[in-house]
Amino acid sequence: MLTGGQILVECLKNEGVEVIFGYPGGAVLPIYDALYDSDLLHVLTRHEQAAAHAADGYARATGRPGVCLATSGPGATNLVTGIATAAMDSVPMVAITGQVPTTMIGKDAFQEADITGITLPITKHNYLVRDVNDLPRIVKEAFYIATTGRPGPVLIDIPRDVSAGKTEYRDPGPIGLRGYMPRLAGEPAKIAAAAKLIAQAKRPVIYAGGGVINSGASEYLKKLAETIMAPVAVTLMGIGCLPGDHPLFLGMLGMHGARYTNYAVNECDLLLAIGVRFDDRVTGKVESFASHAKVIHIDIDPAEFGKNVPVDISIAGDVRTVLVDLIKNLTCNPDPAWQEKIARWKKEYPLDHSREGLRPQAVIRELSDMLQGRRYRVTTEVGQNQMWAAQHFCITRPRSFISSGGLGTMGYGFPAAIGVQVACPDELVFDIAGDGSIQMNIQELTTAVNYRLPVNVAILNNSYLGMVRQWQELFYNRRYSQTELVNPDFVKVAEAFGAEGIRVEKIAEVRPALEQAIASSRPVFLDFIVEREENVMPIVPPGEAISRMLG
Amino acid sequence: MRSTYSVLVENNPGVLARVAGLFSRRGYNIDSLSVSRTDDPGISRMTIVVEGEKAVLEQVTKQLRKLVDVIRVHDITDEPHVDRELVLIKVNADSGTRGDIMQIVEIFRGRIVDVGEYTSIVEVTGDEGKINAIENALKPFGIMELVRTGKVAMQRGIRTVLVED
Ligand SMILES: Cc1ncc(C[n+]2csc(CCOP(=O)(O)OP(=O)(O)O)c2C)c(N)n1
Repeated sequence: MLTGGQILVECLKNEGVEVIFGYPGGAVLPIYDALYDSDLLHVLTRHEQAAAHAADGYARATGRPGVCLATSGPGATNLVTGIATAAMDSVPMVAITGQVPTTMIGKDAFQEADITGITLPITKHNYLVRDVNDLPRIVKEAFYIATTGRPGPVLIDIPRDVSAGKTEYRDPGPIGLRGYMPRLAGEPAKIAAAAKLIAQAKRPVIYAGGGVINSGASEYLKKLAETIMAPVAVTLMGIGCLPGDHPLFLGMLGMHGARYTNYAVNECDLLLAIGVRFDDRVTGKVESFASHAKVIHIDIDPAEFGKNVPVDISIAGDVRTVLVDLIKNLTCNPDPAWQEKIARWKKEYPLDHSREGLRPQAVIRELSDMLQGRRYRVTTEVGQNQMWAAQHFCITRPRSFISSGGLGTMGYGFPAAIGVQVACPDELVFDIAGDGSIQMNIQELTTAVNYRLPVNVAILNNSYLGMVRQWQELFYNRRYSQTELVNPDFVKVAEAFGAEGIRVEKIAEVRPALEQAIASSRPVFLDFIVEREENVMPIVPPGEAISRMLG
Repeated sequence: MRSTYSVLVENNPGVLARVAGLFSRRGYNIDSLSVSRTDDPGISRMTIVVEGEKAVLEQVTKQLRKLVDVIRVHDITDEPHVDRELVLIKVNADSGTRGDIMQIVEIFRGRIVDVGEYTSIVEVTGDEGKINAIENALKPFGIMELVRTGKVAMQRGIRTVLVED
């Protein structure tokens, strides 16, 4: 006979889980007790939100599901932002929470929160386990649902009497979910139709997103792009799906897309949307988005078709499987005039390259240059830091640019970096941060120090909630309401936590500081005192067409 | 536009909340929703009537299908189908008006299922038009309370919305 906690541990091992990020409490004591004897690595964060983000970072870096664990009530609700973040970006995650005993459910018991109710709209699916005998089946289903089809978070809420209850461990056998059957192969007729449209196109553009990375389709995306000579615009989530130094790489499109990228999308006659969801930050004013183009949309989630933008051909299936089939069907005649036009735009409207003054863009370019040729992963916080990183970092591999796109969660990058570093112990991990964002989960420095995770945080310190200030500057007449920050001394903070802190005030100091951080075996806070009122340019004002950028 | 969906769902706890939550979260308008278990105790059937533009209605189907507990979604609006609703109407009735009420109920093939000193309860089943009509016909007597079940629907002939179609 095993306890529910022990059975859970067995199930996790069966799923190949090696690490859990979590935080204990009364309602999960039976689970923590079972973990005590197991050889699963448990990383104790300092806040449950960070446990969820760390699990998410781990998942995005590896493609394997991230697992986080929290107690009932406040522990569970602290996971919510992390779960929502994972849901918006289609990240495979299994969140396990403790719950008050089944007999107390509904009685407003101490630390009771209806977490399955709370997470209904932000999980792919969730479970309240009522009987310890159901546990193996539910855990198996949860991992299956989280990792197949369009990945996403699944929550399992386990009442204390269930995790303490004893039973025989029985393998649940095959999964029988009749309402859940993700489809992998695209319909041949639609693929043929798509190939025909591609053959007719004169000015194709590929718009590629996180779905390409999720399905491991980067190689095929490259092949497709090269076959039809289509430039590739990427979403924030798609960064890394084509190497940033590839000649067909157009960079990010949309609100902070480069001018040449947005112009290309605006003027294309065929938009091949692959593993994307036509987010409003990408499309701007929907009516004007790629308005001269036929649109082909490939995605694993059929509910994405026509959700935001009408499409001409939609192909439901795993991006990789569909691309393999599509490439077999291709004939094409690329038009050199289109390539030339894009090359001209690229020359005419480059992103800001200047390296004078301690400007955030320059810091990112230095860091990017230094890391080329090494194995590295980048996470970001949210705000200007994130957009500058997206614009200026040359990312050459999938799963190495990790950022909260859909929810835009400040405080994501640092705990995510911790998860990434756990997943990739031999790689250099940098969190590109704002001074505001880093303070949202700064307590996790202890976690990094405790577990000897040499995560580096490049704080682009402008003493502002920069992105909000930028909007206030551009759209609110410079009325900087509540965006000026009075910050702690980040170097001293780092030192107090037992980490390393380095302040950088001049461009000449950037390289030596980065070298020191890279060489250090401890976590490092790099405090870059950057130009205070630098803006992310270009920018599409909200509600405008993406071809109508400022800057 | 208005569409009628026949939806088979796993009879799991919370499934109604999942479906209803989907509608509220995405801002879809539910006109009526009726739900109960089928002959298979593991499966419930929902009949959902939704009002919206074409694109919205398309999304409704897709989003419903995305739910793990949803087994089948079938839009039966344009297929030959029978739909029914049950209504109970408590109407003011005294000895002076009871006869008239009975006559009306007769015409609509309804039934009077309760008679009190000052009230009667009328039961009618039928499609929406019929229900609306009897409601209007009884209004002049004074309707005290009215309860409708929401629509249930089924395709005509051999077509079905079953688990393995
Ligand atoms: C949790 C959370 N709260 C609020 C916001 C809104 N927001 C978006 S960007 C931003 C400013 C970020 O400031 P900072 O981290 O200093 O980065 P910067 O823009 O200066 O690079 C804010 C407040 C958010 N994205 N996330």
